Amino acid sequence: MTFTNFTPVASLLGGILIGLASAAVLLGCGRTAGVSGILSSALSPTKGEDGAWRLLFLAGLVGGGALLALFFPGVIGAPIMGSIGRTVLAAALVGVGVEMGAGCTSGHGVCGIGRLSPRSIVATITFIATGVLTVLALHRFGGAS
Amino acid sequence: MTAGRRNIVALLSGLLFAAGLGLAGMTKPAKVAAFLDVTGDWDPSLMLVMVGAIGVYALAVVAAKRRGVPLFAPEFAWPSLKMIDARLVGGAALFGIGWGLSGYCPGPAVVSVASLTQENLVFLVVLALTLLASRRVLAARGSAGSSRAAIVE
Repeated sequence: MTFTNFTPVASLLGGILIGLASAAVLLGCGRTAGVSGILSSALSPTKGEDGAWRLLFLAGLVGGGALLALFFPGVIGAPIMGSIGRTVLAAALVGVGVEMGAGCTSGHGVCGIGRLSPRSIVATITFIATGVLTVLALHRFGGAS
Repeated sequence: MTAGRRNIVALLSGLLFAAGLGLAGMTKPAKVAAFLDVTGDWDPSLMLVMVGAIGVYALAVVAAKRRGVPLFAPEFAWPSLKMIDARLVGGAALFGIGWGLSGYCPGPAVVSVASLTQENLVFLVVLALTLLASRRVLAARGSAGSSRAAIVE
């Protein structure tokens, strides 16, 4: 195995920034920085609760994406889906899945595992496993990414 | 006052989170797919993303427990669900299939909408609609696991 695209330093540093951002949400706002939960709760606000922090976190994500697109074009975008049908199917599976499983890569994979939550460890092993199987199936049965 | 500071922390955290995803390579769906492609030209970079992020966050959890209260909120909202059930595993399994098909999980999907490509915009709109619809269906079914207060964010 050659690991032709391995970027250990950048990816470790990027992970540390993600960890720092999640730590700030925890220590500053008292909340878990799970993107799916924040997005879902922002779309279905609870009456009487001050959910402005969620909208601002999401604004930061989109604003950060805009800055990346401006200064480092090539870092974001370039989707691999290929067809609109596959885009819709993938997004719907992600949406239903994270709502049922109550978390995604950030909520379970980073914050949940960071708390040593057994639920999050099981969820993370599960979504990595089905992700691996899906990519394997795409290679075998065509539509390779 | 406190709410204002909480909101500033949230905004800056979102920016930092996006920068981290970009630096880590998570906003490149081909790179994410290469991490999942363990039998092909495997790219293990995402393991290091998780190591870095989990390591820092674990320290923050220790600090949070020691401190007892957050800086700009009345209390910590720790996720309260404990059970490992079919809904958790089934949901995670479906999410993984969508992740493998697209190379996008929710964080990079939100960040990448700034690229304004048709696929990124469609992905985020469908993601938002299915989050809304699933939340309603799960709340209506009223199973123990659907408590909104207990959702892991």
